[in-house]
This record gives sequence, structure tokens and C-alpha cells, in this order.
Amino acid sequence: MSKSNITRRGVIKTGAAAGVAGLATPTIFDGSAWAGSHTGFTNAPQGGTVTLGFNVPQTGPYADEGADELRAYELAVEHLNGGGDGGMIPTFSSKTLEGNGILGKKVEFVTGDTQTKSDAARASAKSMIEKDGAIMITGGSSSGVAVAVQALCQEAGIIFMAGLTHSNDTTGKDRKANGFRHFFNSYMSGAALAPVLANAYGKDRKAYHLTADYNWGYTTEEAVVQATEGMGWETVNAVKTPLTQTDFSSYIAPVLQTDADVLVLNHYGGNMINSLTSAVQFGLRDKVANGKNFEIVVPLYSRLMARGAGANVKGIFGSTNWHWSLPDAGSQAFTKSFGTKYGFPPSQAAHTVYCQTLLYADAVNRAGSFNPCAVAEALEDFEFDGLGNGKTLYRGADHQCFKDVLVVKGKENPTSEFDLLEIVEVTPVSQVTYAPDHPQMGGAEATLGSCNPGA
Amino acid sequence: MEALILQVLNGLDKGSAYALIALGLTLIFGTLGVVNFAHGALFMIGAFCAVTLQRLLSLSREIVDETKTDFLGNPLKVDIPYLYDWFGADAGQSIINWSVPLAILFSIPIMVIVGFAMERGLIKHFYKRPHADQILVTFGLAIVLQEIIKYFYGANPIPTPAPPAFTGSFDFGVLLGFDPFQIVYPYWRLIYFSFAMIIIAGVFAFLQFTTFGMVVRAGMADRETVGMLGINIDKRFTIMFAIAACVAGLAGVMYTPINSPNYHMGMDFLVLSFVVVVVGGMGSLPGAVLAGFLLGILESFASMAQVIAIIPGINQIIIYLVAIIVLLTRPRGLMGRKGVMEE
Repeated sequence: MSKSNITRRGVIKTGAAAGVAGLATPTIFDGSAWAGSHTGFTNAPQGGTVTLGFNVPQTGPYADEGADELRAYELAVEHLNGGGDGGMIPTFSSKTLEGNGILGKKVEFVTGDTQTKSDAARASAKSMIEKDGAIMITGGSSSGVAVAVQALCQEAGIIFMAGLTHSNDTTGKDRKANGFRHFFNSYMSGAALAPVLANAYGKDRKAYHLTADYNWGYTTEEAVVQATEGMGWETVNAVKTPLTQTDFSSYIAPVLQTDADVLVLNHYGGNMINSLTSAVQFGLRDKVANGKNFEIVVPLYSRLMARGAGANVKGIFGSTNWHWSLPDAGSQAFTKSFGTKYGFPPSQAAHTVYCQTLLYADAVNRAGSFNPCAVAEALEDFEFDGLGNGKTLYRGADHQCFKDVLVVKGKENPTSEFDLLEIVEVTPVSQVTYAPDHPQMGGAEATLGSCNPGA
Repeated sequence: MEALILQVLNGLDKGSAYALIALGLTLIFGTLGVVNFAHGALFMIGAFCAVTLQRLLSLSREIVDETKTDFLGNPLKVDIPYLYDWFGADAGQSIINWSVPLAILFSIPIMVIVGFAMERGLIKHFYKRPHADQILVTFGLAIVLQEIIKYFYGANPIPTPAPPAFTGSFDFGVLLGFDPFQIVYPYWRLIYFSFAMIIIAGVFAFLQFTTFGMVVRAGMADRETVGMLGINIDKRFTIMFAIAACVAGLAGVMYTPINSPNYHMGMDFLVLSFVVVVVGGMGSLPGAVLAGFLLGILESFASMAQVIAIIPGINQIIIYLVAIIVLLTRPRGLMGRKGVMEE
């Protein structure tokens, strides 16, 4: 039961948006084909409001990360509706966002709790789509959840703007036409980290991997193994650890008996905190192996998680999607906006979901329609800047954002509980770019399928 | 050889935590006949006693350092703990660094009160109800307790390090004639194991060599007869509940430097501890301790890369596999007695 609600004002706006899109992306996308089309797709917004669905872990082990995502979403909605200082809207290279909502409709939102469980996340996303009429679902703090919810949105004819998900699979073998990821991925972490590691620790190293036993762990291990072996390192062993493991001593102790001189912890969240703590307790950082100092590497860092590991993160290399200390105008504007409202700097999870909300809103404006297929077309191969990661491409072939990647290190002398990581290198996007049919991304068999507008 | 020695050590400290929790569970089951699914929450509350004491000792006044700026470019606010003012920076920091050992004293009265309140306020109403009701209500209580902790302390783990004097590791290998760094073991884990042995010995001695303990043991064997002798066994059982809560709480306090505590750490241990109790034999205190160490060591061996290479996934199922085998061959567990939970 959807009806066309084309108005004089809407037509003028749509025309203007289409005009801007036409100027900005002359050969890639012409949004005029979709302009004014507000029917024929799931949850076509009626009246003066549009509802977005924020699906984040509000309970469970990633609840703090989910809470930070929710703060960023609320900030994004405030800015889209013209409130606050506008955050990154003024620094965003696309200028369709004017503080009057999305396509002139005031932005409202509903929230769901993923509990970091795929089934719970799908249930809450389904509820937001079917009961609350959400036009877009976004969020998540786990790749398992992201892949599951993305598949649901594909079936339902809803755009999914992924939150914190780092597994290659999200835009690799499990990519979907209705799903988009701003966050970086395992391949990029490996490609960015390996040269820095080779530079810092030498090219003759023997690495022992401990890997969380689920899809994110596998893709991260594969990416780091390939990238470091490409630099001349040898992989001594790679051991899977149960996701529910809390005490890693029985996995750390055997490292002592090998000839490894580097330990790579493909762990995230509580796993990372506990395995790193165990590794430090077992004296690995004081060990000398093969005549070299033993080193520990954490491929994916999160400031929220680093806090749990305390002083153990000092001097340990890792990668991250974004950090509040970046000096560019977009990062500074977002950090100021978020910090002023909440009293502490935003996490990378907060940053990526804020960007995703703005990117979605902008794509709708440029498309002149909420139709998911129009929005997808507007996002595909869209180039932008000013959102904190430098020039970024939303690649059409796999719906993955390509941008610079940060290699970071645990800070030796932090000045506050937020100042835990220092940026060692900003790896240029060219170094982390891969072919859409890269074997780590599902090879030639991985396809987006076709866009589903739903109803 | 080195690997085997290390995994035995690992198993002993892992087993210490299982044994301490299982000991408390068995004490409560043996005395009150209650299957207490909130026992893991008591372990977690103990750990958060250490976090709380660390925060209390770190209470600070705020000064503004004009020479530095915060993330928004404003003058940096720096927290100066009151202990620095009272005892000087070095001594003040030392006291904060020793918050985990100090929390042993801090946690005892808190755990006694929590245990007493839990037993008198809720669990006593379920003594005569079926075990299924007891499990449901105590499991619900565990969820409520962990959500309360999460509300106040957040979902992320909170670093609670050991005093700097105990942060290193001990090189057993050198003692035994191996190369350096072949068999090293963290000091704190050795302390944890020793602490667990002292607590376990203390509980057994208390039950074995005191009149109070004798009455409790008599009550565990035949509650009605002891009651008919005019002894207020319920009061003693309430005290035993508080003692069991204390044991779980102290296990939690001492565990915090091993793994940063978080709100669901109790649940992580609870299921395994129940398996330990069942394998050890329901109601058997020595069984609980023996099974705790046995399963801890087996779990450590099953985590070895060489073992996983032969039987993939064995590290995830070993405890349950052993439980199945023990229950098939000895249905009452390793040291279970006839008649317990068999009425």
C-alpha cells in the first residue's frame, strides 16, 4: 500500500539533486531515471518522515562498541535534520546534505539489539523492516552478524550499510547487491601491516598465528599470512582458538617451544584482550628467539578494546580504520562534534557508522529516490572526500570502500585513557587495493547478484 | 617434555579456578540441596570487588594542566589520586598497584553479605521446590546480577593488573636444566594455584576439624536427625552458603590479573564448573576438587597444536567428552555417593 507523493517542492529538489549528481558524476550515474519514484519498493516512505533502522549490539560482549555506534547514529540523525554543528556534513565533498533530512523528509530512527548473535540480529532487523518500516538497516559489530543481516536485507529489498565488520567475506564471497561496507577489511590490514612489520622487525621472521575460530579469524589469518610471507616471513604454525575461550594460557604456552619469533593474534574484542594479556604474562615480550626480540602483532585494533588490555598494548603494531587524532578537517570536525556532545572522542566504530549514515543520505539525495536500486546505483563507484579517510571510492564491483589504512602502535606514554594508540603510518589506498575477483575475496565466483527493490 | 610440563602447570592453574567454584557449588548443594546457577555470578562479583577497590583507591581530584591539551584542544584535565596527596606519589601508587591483594580483605565482608542476602532473600524460599525451579530462579538471578554489573561497569573488560612485583614469569626450565624461556610460568598464576590450595585446604580443615564443621557434615549426611537433636542446622547452612560465596568471591578477586574481568566471566565458568561437579560426583567435595584439576589439565593438553592436528576440534569438546565417558562408566561421577540426587 504505497502511493506516489510527488510534490512541486519534491520535484524541484529532485531535479536539483539530479542536476548536482549529473555534474558530479557525469558518466557513472544519472539519477534522473529514478527521480520522483517513491513506489515499487519495500517501505517507500510516506509523509514527511523517513525511518532508518540502527541494528547494534546493545547487550552482550560488544555492548560498549554498540553504544558508541548508537551515539554516532544519533549524532548523524541530528546533523541530517539540521541540528548541532553539522559534524562532517560541511567537510563532505558531496554537497547534497543541507540539514533538511533526506530528500526533504525528516529523519527518524528505530534501534534493534543484535546481541552479537546472527539469529538475534536478523530478528531485530526483520522487526525494524516489517513493523517499523525502516527504509535502510545499518550497524553491527561482528562479521558473522553483518553477513547474516546483509543477506536478510537483500531478500527484503532493503539497503544494508554495514557497521564494524572486518572479514573479507562481507564484501568478498558473501557480497550482496543491497549491501555496502565503508569499514576496511582483513586483506587491507595484511597489505598495510606487512611492509611496516618487515621494516620494523626485518624480513627474516617466523610467525605463529592464533586465530579466532570463525569467518573473521580465517580471513584475517589468510590475509596476514599471505602478506607477511610475501615479505619473506615464514609461518611456523596457525592454531584456531574457540571464540568462547577466556583463558589462552594453554594456547600461548606452546609458542614457547617453537622457533617462532613473532606471535600474531588474529583475535578481536575480549579474545584479543585475554590472549594478549596471557602472552605478556608468559614473558613473550621479554623473550629472545633466533637472536631477535620476540614480537607480538594484533592485526585489528580497536581503541575500546585496547583499553581493556591496559599497559599490555604498549608498542604493539596493528591496523585500524580511523583514529580520532587524525589531523584532516573531517576527522577533526567529527571528533569535535562527538566529543562536545558526549565528553570523549569517538571510536572507529562510531566513525564508520556516522559515515555510512551520511553516505546513504547523500546517495538518496543524489538519486532523488529512496528506491534501493537507485541508492545502490548512486553509491556504486562514488568517489568522495572529507569523511576522515582521505579520497575514498565506493567500488561498484563489490560495494567495498577503498581508502587509506592506518597502521597504529600501542602508545608508550598515553596522556589519557583515550590516548592509547599512535598512528605509525597512513598506508596509501593504492597499496591496499585488490581485484574484485581476488582469491581471498571469493575469486571469480563471488558476485553481487542483482539489486532487489523488494515490494 | 617441556610442552607437557607446561601444560600440566597450565592445567593446574585452570583447574584451580574450576575447583574453587565447584567446591562452593558442592558445598551449597551438599548442605542446602540447592543447585545454584548463580554461583558463577558470585565469582564475577568477587572479581568486581577488586575492580571497585582499585577505583576507590584511585579516587582523584582534578587539576588543569595548562601546558597540555585534551582531544578537543582544551587544557588537559589531569586526575591526581588522593592517595598521592596523603602518602606521596610513589607510596600512593604502590598502594593502588596492590589493589588486587588488598581486595582479598575488602571482598570478604562484601561476599558474606551478598551470600547471606542471596540465601535469606531468595534461595531459602526454594528449598522444598523441585531442582528445575531452583535452577530457573538462580539462573535468572545470575542474569540480573550480571546486568547490574554491566550497568555500572560497562561491557568491556577492565584491566586489573597484579602488583608489579608479581608481573613477571618464573623460568622453571633453567631450574630443570632446559634452555631459558622453554618452561616459563607467570608468577601470578603460581600464586593463584597456591592460593587455591590454601583455600581448599582451609575449607576441608574447617569441615573436618571444627565442631561447626562436624555438625555441618552431619547435617549433609542426615539433616532430619541432626535437626531432631535440637541443632539449628538451617542457621549453620546459611553460614555455609556465605562461606561458599566467599570462596567463589576470593577465586574471582585473585583471577582478575589473569584475565581482565568483565560482566559475563561468571557465566563463562559456570557451565564448566557444573560439568566439574557432575564428573566429580554430586555432593562430593574431594570429587569436585579432583575433577576440577583433572579437567583443567585435560583441557590444557587438548589445546596443544599437536593434539588438535590429530583430532581437530578436540580442544572444544574434551571436557564434555570426558563427562560423557565418566557418566557412562561411573554414573555417580568419580567420587559420588549413592542416594545423592537420586530420590
